[in-house]
Amino acid sequence: MKNRTTNVFILIAVVLLAVLPLLLVNGDFGGADGAAEEMITEIQPSYEPWFSPLVEPPAETESMLFALQAAIGAGFIGFAFGWFKGKASKSKSQ
Amino acid sequence: MFAAKSTRFLLLVLGFAIYFTVNEPQTAYAMHIMEGFLPLGWAIFWWAMFIPFFILGLRALIKITKETPELKIMLGLAGAFTFVLSALKIPSVTGSSSHPTGTGLGAVMFGPLPMSVLGSIVLLFQALLLAHGGLTTLGANAFSMAVAGPIIGYTVYKWMMRASGRQKLSIFAAAALANLSTYVVTSVQLSLAFPAESGGFLASLAKFGGIFAVTQVPLAISEGLLTILIWNWLQSYNSDELSILQRKMKGA
Repeated sequence: MKNRTTNVFILIAVVLLAVLPLLLVNGDFGGADGAAEEMITEIQPSYEPWFSPLVEPPAETESMLFALQAAIGAGFIGFAFGWFKGKASKSKSQ
Repeated sequence: MFAAKSTRFLLLVLGFAIYFTVNEPQTAYAMHIMEGFLPLGWAIFWWAMFIPFFILGLRALIKITKETPELKIMLGLAGAFTFVLSALKIPSVTGSSSHPTGTGLGAVMFGPLPMSVLGSIVLLFQALLLAHGGLTTLGANAFSMAVAGPIIGYTVYKWMMRASGRQKLSIFAAAALANLSTYVVTSVQLSLAFPAESGGFLASLAKFGGIFAVTQVPLAISEGLLTILIWNWLQSYNSDELSILQRKMKGA
């Protein structure tokens, strides 16, 4: 199979893997770390966390920072591929 | 060939659809152990386990950039890939969300050691700015995501390359298993710190591990697929960097 066809299939599969649970599973899709705390208090009710995060951003800021994290990474990936592509077309034209 | 692949793909989708509908929704938790949620002794223990790998990782990074400075951009790419992937909280079959790790790609390209540095930078960012994970638990989280995951991924890659010689399949398996093993190690860490009153360590392990084994499977598959996607893109430009890297990957 051609690379491009494979890539399209891969993207569809990844999107389906994320979307199908949303449509078919009846859950609240919480950010889950909270449930870890519940599980720990269930196993050991006396446990008290002895350190708390230095900064705890409000939910909106947190999602902004997550977006920023993804943007920085994706930006660099885009840069790298642009660079590869530029080099490849340059060596082809010579 | 093409028809066979599409049929297989459709079967896979159908299988997952059934898997999703049959599964009971339950809560699980994301990979990182929250700030303050490891007793002091265990926090120190995992820091101590992690630091030697971090130092080895730094040395490996310096060696790579010295010997093959052309590969700096590939190192950056591996780091950027974990940065993106660990920011993506993806809904999973158990009705909760978790995220991929993205460490498999770098482990396959450069071996497991450089990832101990690249992965822990991501964790530090999340611990400091996002209150996701934590400083006291950074040792444990880095050990699972930036040390154990990449080591397993790299071992799987090497072993599968020797057994089958199919590079893409090996990369897929390496990335997926690097992801899964990260969560397995996290549940071991939590169970060691919080053994159940009856049944002890193993009972806790079944509790922590049983839940996210299921949550993590589709995410591990996504991670494997995304890693293949990046790899396909890299190949379509067939740059000098890739051929240097390929030689390194075969020689090492």
